[in-house]
Amino acid sequence: MTSAAKPVPLLRHLSGEFYAHCRSHELRFQRCTQCRSWRHVPRQTCARCGAWDWEWARSSGHGTVFTWTVVRRPMHPAFASAAPYAPCVIEMEEGVRVVSEVVDCAPADLRKGLAVEVVFDDVTPELTLPKFRRASGGRRPS
Amino acid sequence: MASPRGQACIAGIGHTEYTRAKVPTGTNLTLELRAARAAIDDAGLRAGEIDGILPFFGIDLAEEIAVHLGIADLRFQMTSHLGGAAPGASIAVAALAVANGIANHVLVPGGWWGYAGRRVREVVVQDVSAMSGGANARDFYFPYGLTAPVQWFSMIARLHMETFGTRPEHLGAVAVACRAHAQRNPHALLRGKPITIDDYLASPMISDPYRLLDCSLEADGAAAFIVTSAERARDLRARAVPILGFAQGQPFPADDIVTRDDPFELGVTHATARAFEMAEVRHADVDFAEIYDPFTFQVIQQLEEMGFCERGEGGAFVDGGRIAPGGELPVNTHGGLLSEAHVLGMNHFVEAVRQLRGEAGERQVAGARIGVVTGFGDFGDGSVVVLGSGA
Ligand SMILES: [Zn+2]
Repeated sequence: MTSAAKPVPLLRHLSGEFYAHCRSHELRFQRCTQCRSWRHVPRQTCARCGAWDWEWARSSGHGTVFTWTVVRRPMHPAFASAAPYAPCVIEMEEGVRVVSEVVDCAPADLRKGLAVEVVFDDVTPELTLPKFRRASGGRRPS
Repeated sequence: MASPRGQACIAGIGHTEYTRAKVPTGTNLTLELRAARAAIDDAGLRAGEIDGILPFFGIDLAEEIAVHLGIADLRFQMTSHLGGAAPGASIAVAALAVANGIANHVLVPGGWWGYAGRRVREVVVQDVSAMSGGANARDFYFPYGLTAPVQWFSMIARLHMETFGTRPEHLGAVAVACRAHAQRNPHALLRGKPITIDDYLASPMISDPYRLLDCSLEADGAAAFIVTSAERARDLRARAVPILGFAQGQPFPADDIVTRDDPFELGVTHATARAFEMAEVRHADVDFAEIYDPFTFQVIQQLEEMGFCERGEGGAFVDGGRIAPGGELPVNTHGGLLSEAHVLGMNHFVEAVRQLRGEAGERQVAGARIGVVTGFGDFGDGSVVVLGSGA
């Protein structure tokens, strides 16, 4: 049996722009230029104020673990040999949440509120995934 | 304008045998037609008298069903895209149609080879973008191996445990209660296989905190209902069950499960008060509840969000037998998706009608007059339907 390819995002439209910044090792989220609210997942207009205008604003890269699961029996063939692994939801300082993983933390050591900072995983020449590691304590832009 | 309360009834129910077959013997349409014919017979109608069909999203088209039933003049059709909340939403639309003379007898069918055919996990992997919010899952969940409903919803269960101290034993109480109900249901796939909380705790972890016994039972089968106006129902064979109240709702945003301001918000958070107001019922009036149960915690979450208890207290609420047979609020008296069969939540309505007709045999809730049925679809869309006994 050949191993299945891992699923990749559709690198087009707004998600394509999000991942293009990740390829440059910059974590950026949409920010409304009118009401200044941050948002993720990417949207065409601001749900708070209705504005069409937004910028890709740079995140501090810092956040905390919000919730997670530990996958013991994978449901996708590409992850069949990866278990156990722990997809996490990270709540960023800016208030948005993203699905990711904490690369240097065993699943059993995950805790709500664990401080993490972004790192970038160059999966292929086309795709870089933002991931996280335990925060070192310093503060620098991502 | 008059309230829709009681203007329409469920006048017939039908379903196939529920199975976990090695291979499908027929198509989804085969199952749906069997269930439809049974529902039409139950109502005492001829197939040609059906003039509305609300088929289940992504399974069969109204045209296909109509041609097989010989319905030459189909007056009304549409499809709800609320996933597991679609049966309730469709019953509501059917009720509005018959109450307003748009159609006389509306068929609501739904079923699948959910075990022998393509399993949900396979469907989701192969084309997640077909579901509401699927594009977000594809672009932002899947790359991290977060590829299946059991994984998505286990994260919300985890958050509840972290926030409120909900325990594995609380999740297990839902599994044990549903299994206990199933022991009294001849249609339940897991009749004859009772479980204890120790069995639950010993079952293998799938996506922590979800174990195997937190997961609904993939199955083959179909069910169908006939919705008819209260006036016409008087002339029909079966004891009609009045549709007293209904509503649908969505969390915000509906298409992404992890970025909600309120991570526990569901469609039923909004829909319950609307449905109860239409039905003119309060929580204390509810004799039993059929709660859509893809996984155990989603039962606890819906009971909280519906207001049967405070948020955070759902674990204690389901503990100690309150939702089990003979409890204060029996939940999923057929065994639910967890222990009867996963038939898209259609089977929750079949059971509610049986209870309210007084035809539930050894599992009959004594004196049942008000039943509530929820639906839960996609990333938490909800439907709430309040049914009465007509007595
Ligand atoms: Zn704005």
